[in-house]
Formats: sequence, structure tokens, C-alpha cells
Amino acid sequence: MIELETVAHGYDGAELFSDVTLQLGDGSFHFLTGPSGAGKTTLLRLCYGELVPARGSIRFFGQERRDLGRDGLALARQRIGVVHQDCQFLDHLSLRDNVALPLIAGERPVPDQDVDDLMAWVGLEGHAQALPPTLSGGERQRAALARAVITSPAVLLADEPTGNLDWEMSVRLLSLLIELNRMGTAVLIATHDLNLIRTTKPQVSARVLRIAGRKLQLAGAEL
Amino acid sequence: MSARDPRRDPRALRVVPPAGQSAWLTLLIAGAMAFLCVFALALSVAADRLAARWGEALSRTATVRISAPATQMDEQTAIVLEVLRTTPGVASARVIPVEEQGALLEPWFGPDLPLDLLALPRLVEVTEAPEGFDSMGLRLRLAAEAPGAVLDDHTRWRRPLVEAAARLRALAALSMALIGGATAAMVTLAASASLAANAQVIGVLRLVGARDRFIARAFVRRFTLRALIGAAFGTAAGMGALLAMPDAGESGGLLSGLGFAGLEWLYPLAVPPLAAVVAWAATRAAAFRVLRGVT
Repeated sequence: MIELETVAHGYDGAELFSDVTLQLGDGSFHFLTGPSGAGKTTLLRLCYGELVPARGSIRFFGQERRDLGRDGLALARQRIGVVHQDCQFLDHLSLRDNVALPLIAGERPVPDQDVDDLMAWVGLEGHAQALPPTLSGGERQRAALARAVITSPAVLLADEPTGNLDWEMSVRLLSLLIELNRMGTAVLIATHDLNLIRTTKPQVSARVLRIAGRKLQLAGAEL
Repeated sequence: MSARDPRRDPRALRVVPPAGQSAWLTLLIAGAMAFLCVFALALSVAADRLAARWGEALSRTATVRISAPATQMDEQTAIVLEVLRTTPGVASARVIPVEEQGALLEPWFGPDLPLDLLALPRLVEVTEAPEGFDSMGLRLRLAAEAPGAVLDDHTRWRRPLVEAAARLRALAALSMALIGGATAAMVTLAASASLAANAQVIGVLRLVGARDRFIARAFVRRFTLRALIGAAFGTAAGMGALLAMPDAGESGGLLSGLGFAGLEWLYPLAVPPLAAVVAWAATRAAAFRVLRGVT
């Protein structure tokens, strides 16, 4: 569904990584690790088309990124759920409207009951009318997950989704992602939390990738 | 499970935060420009009406000026009157009395002008029938039968008036075009400021899969509505100001005619929708220009 082929990217002329080849196929589950600044977030941004690779090619659902056009990219993004590290909410909208935002922005019908059910699923049923700035970090993270999955995306990308959560909530959120994956959603999670990866691995057939030395590698037995 | 029609979902319009300075700026600009536009429109209509009135008054009459020695004046006058009587298209002809000529000259020479000492030409006022007369033919007949008589059909007076009116109309049209252009420029500025202030909102909307037209629509609707409301107030104020103009009567000329009459009052009602169209086009262009810079 999302394919990266010999992709290279960097900033201000300095290459962050190169020769990255990755396929996020149906029902796949990937963890992406690496030290801070290694390029995890950059790789995720490439995966939802926010960045254009300096070299190599990226295909979304069989179509080359460069050939998609603006509307094509928007339509591809409607099939990709993203949990951003900083959540990226519209602070003037209620939490409920923020969760429904991908449907509203995608000009699709908003099934109100589904939105309510989803908010209950992530434990935010009492916060429907709350504004994002009034929520705790953990609540925002869960709301971001709800927003990412409201469209039943084919691919879910999550950038440090448990960064603001306690261990119990992290495990719960991971189990939600595993549940989605079992329903066929491809999942890519960028995290530096190796304990979380170790906890998850027995439950799901996940590949663990690591960005090191400007290359994307399959992580070894050290995990 | 209830699902709202996405095209009617009010949340689609709320994705852009409300208010901000650009809202007041757009209302104010649209109001002020509509107010000015109503006056430009009134000027155009007044110029048109005045030119038509002057032109009609002048085109219905002509003058025959008879310059002849005093001994031949009465004879030449009689010939001219006879020629005019037998000319098709002439409704009536009358000799303007000396006292009336004096009244015509009084504004320039004062009331004490000794008319009897001056060798004034005799003037015959000719009133045209609706079908009009052949001025060239009449000139030739007068030249043949009364050599001292000259026909003045007021063409040389009428032409500058018509030209002046046409220029006034063109000036009014230019003013309206400038007002439209200035409105578009200022709405573009206000929309660009609003788009810049909402860069984070636009970025989030793009990331969750919004197409450019969806994002643009949220801004365009808002600015179009503001322009419509502002222009409606400005137009109402402009029409009110025209109604409140003091009546200077016929002597007021253009000043007293600055306004609308009858169905002409419907003309300014087109200003608010036009302002809305200008705002729609300006905001749409600004929005798509900004969106091209956002992935």
C-alpha cells in the first residue's frame, strides 16, 4: 500500500538517511526505532506524503507520489491514519469535532454514533465537548488515535504514540493498534520505547526496523 | 446511527476559527466601497439623465439669425417666416421680441443695455415637429431666398454636451471599476492575512486528507458573506444619503439630479451581490495561491 524504494532524504544538504526500501503491505505491523534525530519522524512524514524524497520513489496505493497531484495526495491521505507526536488538533474545535475531522475534511458523512463509540473506545466519552488545550497529554494522545482510525484507514502511522502515556495506558493503546492490525490495517509505529516493543512482539507478528548509520535495518536479537 | 450530509454539515465551515481582525476589515472595506460605488452609480445615472434632458431640449428647437440692413430687416424676416411655414418638419416659428432678446443678454451686459442703439440680429425661434426637418435643405433655401439668414440647429451646442455627458459616464464607470479593483485588492490582503494566521489549521486539514477546494471553500464562504453583509450596509447608507440630498430644484443641475428616479433605485441593489462576487473571486485566488505552498 505504501512502498518506499531506495529513498534518501535530508535537510540543508545533509543526508539523514539513504537507500531506504520499505513496503507497508496489507496487515503488516512494523516498529521503527532509532536514536533521537535519526530520522524516524522524517521517514513517517515521507510515508504520508508531507515530504517529497530527495531521491528514490514512494508509491501510495500503487501510484507514484510525484504523479498524484494535490487532490490525489489528499485522497491517499484519507486512507492513511496518522497519530502525530504533537497530536496536531484544531484548538478551536471540540474534541468530538477533532476526532471527526478526517470525515468532515474528506467531505464524507459523519456517523455521530460511530464517533461517540470511538471516543468511548479510547476512554474519552466524557470529553466530547472539551477543547484540546484543556486535556492532559494522555487524553490528547488517545484522541489523536481516535482521529487517526475514524476513517478505518488502510494504513496507520503513529509517531511516538505512547510518549505521553503511563505504562498501563500505553499497553492499552498498543492493544487497540494490534486489534486494528488484526482487522487488516497496516501499522507503522515510530518509538524509542523498547519495552513497549518487547511487550507487543509476542502478540503480533511485527518487524522491528531501526534507523542507524543513515540506513534502515532490520533490528536484531538485542530486542 | 445518524450521518449528516457532508455538503450541509455546518462543521465544515467551522474548521476555520471565527473572527479575527480580517473579519472587521472585510466588513468595513465592503461597506465603504459599496457606499462609494452607489455614488459613482448615481453620478453615471445623473449624467445620463441630464445629457438626455439637455439634448432633447436643444434638439427640439433651432434658431434662424437674420443679419440685414435695418431697411431690409422686416422684408427678410417675412421671407424667412414664409420659408419656415412651407418647410416640412417645422411645427412653428416665431420672431423673438426685442425685449426677450434683451432678457437673454441681461446676464452678460446688465439690465441697462441700450438695445435700440445696438444693431442686433433678429432671431426666429423654430420648433421642430416630431419627424424633424432637413436642416441642409432649409439652409440652402434660406441662402437662396434670404441671404442674411443663417440657420443654427444647435448642433455645435449639443455636441459638447453629449461629449461631456459621455465623459462623465465613462468617469463614473472608471470609478466603479477602480472601486471593484480596490475592493478585490483589499479583500485579497485580508484573506491572505487570515490564511497566514491560520497556517497551522490549513496544515492539519491537509494532513487529515482535505482537498484544496474544501479548505478554500471554508475561507471563501466566510469572506463572501462578510463582503455581502458589509456591502449591504454600505449600499443602504449610500441610498439613504442620496435620499437625504437637499432638493435644489431645476437650477441645481447635476447636483439636484444626483440620485435615482423610479426603477433606477433598483440599480444600487446590484452592488452587494457584485461585492460578494468580487470577494469570492479574490479570496478563492488567494486561498489557492497559499495552498499551493502547503503539502
